[in-house]
Amino acid sequence: MTKRRSRDSKSAEAPPSSAEISQAVFRVGNGAGFSGDRVDAPGPVVDTLIAHGGPAALFFEVLGERTVALAQLERRRDPARGYEPMLERLIEPILARCARHGIPIVGNFGAANPPGAAPVIAALAVRAGIPDLRIATVEGDDIRGCVDLGRHEVYEADAGLDPQTGELVSANAYLTAQPMVQALEKGAQVVVTGRTGDPSLALAPLIHHFGWSAQDWSRLAAGALAGHLLECGAQVTGGYYYDPGFKDVPDPANIGFPIAEVSADGGLTVTKANGTGGVVNAQTVKEQLLYEVHDPANYITPDVALDLTGVTVRERGKDRVEVAGVRGKPAPERLKVIACFEGGWLGEGEVSVAGPNCLARARMAAQVLHERLRRRGLDVRARVDLIGVASVHDSDSGALWRSHQGPAPAEVRVRLAASGLREDDVDQAAREVLALLCCGPAGNGGARWRTTQRIRTQSYLVPRSAIEHRVTLAAARELA
Amino acid sequence: MSARAGKLVEVPLHAVAHGRAGDKGNRLNISLIPYDPVLYPLLVEQVTAERVHGLFRHRGATGVRRYELPLIAALNFVIDDVLEGGVNGSLNLDGHGKTNSFRLLSLPVRVPARFVRTAVQPAGNP
Repeated sequence: MTKRRSRDSKSAEAPPSSAEISQAVFRVGNGAGFSGDRVDAPGPVVDTLIAHGGPAALFFEVLGERTVALAQLERRRDPARGYEPMLERLIEPILARCARHGIPIVGNFGAANPPGAAPVIAALAVRAGIPDLRIATVEGDDIRGCVDLGRHEVYEADAGLDPQTGELVSANAYLTAQPMVQALEKGAQVVVTGRTGDPSLALAPLIHHFGWSAQDWSRLAAGALAGHLLECGAQVTGGYYYDPGFKDVPDPANIGFPIAEVSADGGLTVTKANGTGGVVNAQTVKEQLLYEVHDPANYITPDVALDLTGVTVRERGKDRVEVAGVRGKPAPERLKVIACFEGGWLGEGEVSVAGPNCLARARMAAQVLHERLRRRGLDVRARVDLIGVASVHDSDSGALWRSHQGPAPAEVRVRLAASGLREDDVDQAAREVLALLCCGPAGNGGARWRTTQRIRTQSYLVPRSAIEHRVTLAAARELA
Repeated sequence: MSARAGKLVEVPLHAVAHGRAGDKGNRLNISLIPYDPVLYPLLVEQVTAERVHGLFRHRGATGVRRYELPLIAALNFVIDDVLEGGVNGSLNLDGHGKTNSFRLLSLPVRVPARFVRTAVQPAGNP
């Protein structure tokens, strides 16, 4: 028997009218959860915020751990770039509507170059007929040259990683919400940042709207929790969730992005854009609540430390989940800094086999590839995967595919991955997969190979006093 | 009815629970959430840190800590040194280790048959 409803999902009590909610809550919508997210997602979020009519803000979170380093490499090639590549596509459809309805936009889409992103937004504003749009940039997260990382403690989760070897590409501190709050206080309608705490992006407009103090740990915790739940966009509204037949989600090709309704005392309800697919229920919220969380009693953000052990999750009607009970503790003394170093090269090659005896042919290809790397004496670390048998769950030694006893798959894709500090050796290793086209097992085809530069990250903890931020504000007409 | 009443069947965790994986450095966390919170005590009993460690030993995992969240009926597993260098250095296609939530969901557990979910086939598929 299948149990469809979880016991902690209670049917909704008489829901307050939307006008009543609008009086009391501030809505924070999310427009993107990573660099590469769906560019048509922000539109329905903004439509929904406008339809409610109450005070609201929209935030974009587009910086993964290595994204700033990749942006920094882009900026080296072209000094005008180094901001979020999809910036214009994300912002253009909603910029004028947000400005007209008093919905500030906050985003870390400045990436490695916030002052470079501002003129791009300004040009969009001028074109949209809003040349007075006030755009703020927050700088100071980039600490290359002003902080000696060697003197600071390595963040514990990275302690087991190899020490860095290559040249420093980027070093960025996770700034707090306060610089963004200052920008909003100056009247900014768009706030462009680089690295900040991801939840801080949602917290800043809440602090600004409700006037929460920087030491009001319990309210800051509620706001940061809203940010934590929303910062990965669709991951709380049915994205990264559907598992057909077990966890079904309506219209997954059009998942609505999330909106948090937050009250002055820190009450929090998660919902999503109107007229979209996806789902917000106790299960989607629980999965995202624990996403990238280690000790639930100590989830650290730059603004406040969260204790999630008292959190409760209750369904309050369709696509509405109330999250209560978060506790706040003082913010950490030191801020986390992510440093990125050139990390050598990664070469990858793949080729397919299919049909009768394909597993034996795939195993033979793997053996031949390892033998080739040995014969040629290439200075690389390598592994072979048999995609379709075992790959992503396997180890570098191929423990799972080597011991595979199950039925033979219909197809196998053989993958070689090689890394090293010498680009040529790595590339030659990847090309050994290509050579299988004439020298490999019968009936192999579809070879692909590529060699890319690797970025290594290392996190440090740096005293707040070492990190200074700057907020600058200008009208679009001055920047464009 | 108590969670323990009824005939026990052995099923993969996937039949009674869901979860999500996330990474930081060389460390992975996986949440585990029973569809029916009534099952939480059974999962606490059966899905030990030691058993979860066994699922990831071939990847070099050095330790597993389990955090209990009874108020939301969820467990959080934190697995150290499992990512063979993490997204920086791993040769794995999935350097973030995000697919490993479903490795955890393959772990067998013994639960009363009435809690077992079977896939609901969409209309049109046999």
